[in-house]
Amino acid sequence: METLMSILVGLLFSIGTYLILSKTLLRIVLGASIISHGVNLLILTMGGLKKGGLPLLGGNNLSYTDALPQALILTAIVINFAVTALFLVLCYRTYQVVGTDDSEQLRGNEDE
Amino acid sequence: MNWLPIMILIPFIFAIFVPLIYKLLTPRIHTGWFVLFVPLTLFIYLLRYIPAIAKGKTIHNTVPWIPSAGINYTTYLDGLGLIFGLLITGVGALVILYSIYYMSKHREALHNFYVYLLLFMGAMLGLVFSDNILVLYVFWELTSISSFLLIAYWSQRKKSRQGALKSMLITIFGGLAMLAGFIMLSMMTNTYSIREMITQVDIMTANSLFLPAMILILIGAFTKSAQFPFSTWLPDAMEAPTPISAYLHSATMVKAGIYLVARFTPVFGGSSEWFWIVSGVGMITLLYGSVNAVKQTDLKALLAYSTISQLGLIMSLLGLGSAAMYFGHGDESTMYAVAVLAAIFHLINHSTFKGSLFMVVGIIDHETGTRDIRKLGGLMHLMPISFTLTIIGSFSMAGLPPFNGFLSKELFFTGVLQAAHLNVFNMETFGMLFPVIAWVASVFTFIYCMILVFKTFTGKYQPKRLEKEAHEAPIGMLIPPIILASLVIAIFFFPNVVSKYLLQPAVVAILPDFAQNGGAHVQISAWHGWNTELFMTIGVVALGVFMFIFLKKWIRIYGIFPQALTLDHLYNQGIEKIESISYRLTNRYMTGSIRDYLVYIFTFMILMLGGAIWLLNGISFDSSNDAPINMYEGGLVAGMVIAACTVLFSKSRMTSLIAVGALGYLVSMLFVIFRAPDLALTQLVVETVTTALFLLCFYHLPELSKNIGRMRFKATNLIVSIGVGMVVTIMALSANGTRLFEPISSYFEDSYELAGAKNIVNAILVDFRGFDTMLEISVLCIAGLGVYTLIKLRLTGRDKE
Repeated sequence: METLMSILVGLLFSIGTYLILSKTLLRIVLGASIISHGVNLLILTMGGLKKGGLPLLGGNNLSYTDALPQALILTAIVINFAVTALFLVLCYRTYQVVGTDDSEQLRGNEDE
Repeated sequence: MNWLPIMILIPFIFAIFVPLIYKLLTPRIHTGWFVLFVPLTLFIYLLRYIPAIAKGKTIHNTVPWIPSAGINYTTYLDGLGLIFGLLITGVGALVILYSIYYMSKHREALHNFYVYLLLFMGAMLGLVFSDNILVLYVFWELTSISSFLLIAYWSQRKKSRQGALKSMLITIFGGLAMLAGFIMLSMMTNTYSIREMITQVDIMTANSLFLPAMILILIGAFTKSAQFPFSTWLPDAMEAPTPISAYLHSATMVKAGIYLVARFTPVFGGSSEWFWIVSGVGMITLLYGSVNAVKQTDLKALLAYSTISQLGLIMSLLGLGSAAMYFGHGDESTMYAVAVLAAIFHLINHSTFKGSLFMVVGIIDHETGTRDIRKLGGLMHLMPISFTLTIIGSFSMAGLPPFNGFLSKELFFTGVLQAAHLNVFNMETFGMLFPVIAWVASVFTFIYCMILVFKTFTGKYQPKRLEKEAHEAPIGMLIPPIILASLVIAIFFFPNVVSKYLLQPAVVAILPDFAQNGGAHVQISAWHGWNTELFMTIGVVALGVFMFIFLKKWIRIYGIFPQALTLDHLYNQGIEKIESISYRLTNRYMTGSIRDYLVYIFTFMILMLGGAIWLLNGISFDSSNDAPINMYEGGLVAGMVIAACTVLFSKSRMTSLIAVGALGYLVSMLFVIFRAPDLALTQLVVETVTTALFLLCFYHLPELSKNIGRMRFKATNLIVSIGVGMVVTIMALSANGTRLFEPISSYFEDSYELAGAKNIVNAILVDFRGFDTMLEISVLCIAGLGVYTLIKLRLTGRDKE
């Protein structure tokens, strides 16, 4: 399972990177979001998969899945949400003000 | 109590009060009168040391500065330092006296002028009395900076600014090279003190850093002393006020390099590299300066090239004299020590006659309004005192009796003739070049000296071409050059007084081995019999007079030399090329396109991470501990791949959005399978909100077409993204295959006992690692505020239109 997950993560990174390198602002945000999925899955995979029960005490499990990566991912998801929301609004405003969502056209003037 | 360290600081301290004095007393009293007191006091103070130094004593004093790093403000007074100290304060006093009459107290910003001048004087004194090389470097750079300020004193003129910039770039370049050399020296010897270095010469010569340190220090000395090919800044520095040219660019600062070479002769002298570099560069500079001086039409430019040439002479003598170090004690050593004596002697002589010549040129400029030789002429009867002073200075420079230049020039010829007989350092082959170059350069020196005198003062007076009616200068302006000119004559008649009290202690300082041998008792005499040197001088005069008479016939030869090969042109081209190349280079990779920068970043990441894994043999696959795969998981992974690819290939915004949403939900499904209920919950909610946000975004952008078209294919993008994915996969697999130690999670499994919580993940979030959560909340708050501000705040008013 870990091997499969590693390949999946690599694939998500590839697709995310390809999207980030495109011109449209929306695709850049989507690419960043796909990469963050990849990162979360990577953290989870590195913690080991399906090694025990749910990380909830009180059941009759003998061993539990590693809870630390889960806590880390939870934090990452929230932060990523905040950043994505900000990015989106930024794209929205950029389009409102400048009138384009093409990053090539957003380049500064020649004398910069 | 020794006051020397404090005396050096007096100019700095006094500089603080100069603006105050200026504010209070201008225009009633010229500020210079108050400043004059500083160098005069210092001069008298230093004079008191002459008898003690002549007896062979040295005086040193240490004030701690950064004791933990071994950097102390150590002053060291010996024969060499004393000569420089007397020149700096003596010529300094005369220059300030001169500037009182030269600089108008109504028109000029005198407070700036005297602050810079005092700064320079203090820096120069600190430079020549420092024993600690790092302190020496600090003062060295201070002289560069104050010289920069002084050259650009009339900063409203473009040429002043250019000249200042040029001298700054060149001397600072040399200064930095010198610093590197100093650091190498301290690495070799473990000390910053020059005196202690001299005791460790044997250790140093065997070190591989010996030669690089030598060359770097020499670059510093050559740039400061305007040696070939770094001489190009000196003629441009003539945009400074004339008192400054007289002081900095003839008598003191340009001799800082000479001082450095002399000071380090006990360290490096005796090696063939030092001998050849110093004397060779000196000889080239001598010839280059004297040949170029002849074609100048501006009096100050002529004097600038003549300064370059004379500095080359002194430098080459120091190089030749270093041969004495090779021989140690003995008669042969004494023979070459004469060259060092001649160098120091000429150093003093040059300061006297060149200082007075600059002042006279300043007077001519001041009284006629021009320095152009072609406009001047026939001033002999109008300015008789200036004429006399020019004669004294020029004839001394040309090396004629009865002026001091004659004596040092004879000693110079003695030095080169002896060098020709030297049988070490390959001198058998090239030795004869020295007297020949020296003689040719002397002929040119003679010619430009005659130009200086006769083109300016004889011939036809051309009042129409002059800006002012020519007349003699006020007496106050004439006093300083008169004092210098009388020194020129006095030294000729009593050279042995100078020799005994100043030159010999200096020679002992430069060649310390020599001191044990009883010192050099060279009698300098005006008449030394019918020897080769005298015949060489007669030859110089004969050929010089001949060539001066027919000057008009051959001066055109200078026109043949292509402008493109001059040092000035090379310098300007160099600066322009550096600017244009770096401009083009920066424009090439700083495209302004975010995609390009991302490509750089990703490529760098691939190279660094991939390269590190590759080089450190980090690739290891171990799938034995893997959990098994079942059908559901396989289906989910396949679904994710399909969703991700849909984003990649979709043409409409909506499809890509939905596909990313689907991907998010599939991820939360995976979290369910991997036994992370909190994650699954959060992921579902966040994904829903994000997708809603995306959709909201489009709803409000109706102008934006729904279709964004297929993404244009780019091979670089594909390669980069595949590279990123592969590096991540390889890293993940390798990390998975290597377990260094057991996870610490078992600790958190006691969360009920430790924190009273049955949900381990939540216990970690709010109890064990609560700080993370707090900051994550702040991130959310900041993002929320950011979103609010972005939408609400309208400062530019652009979108009102």
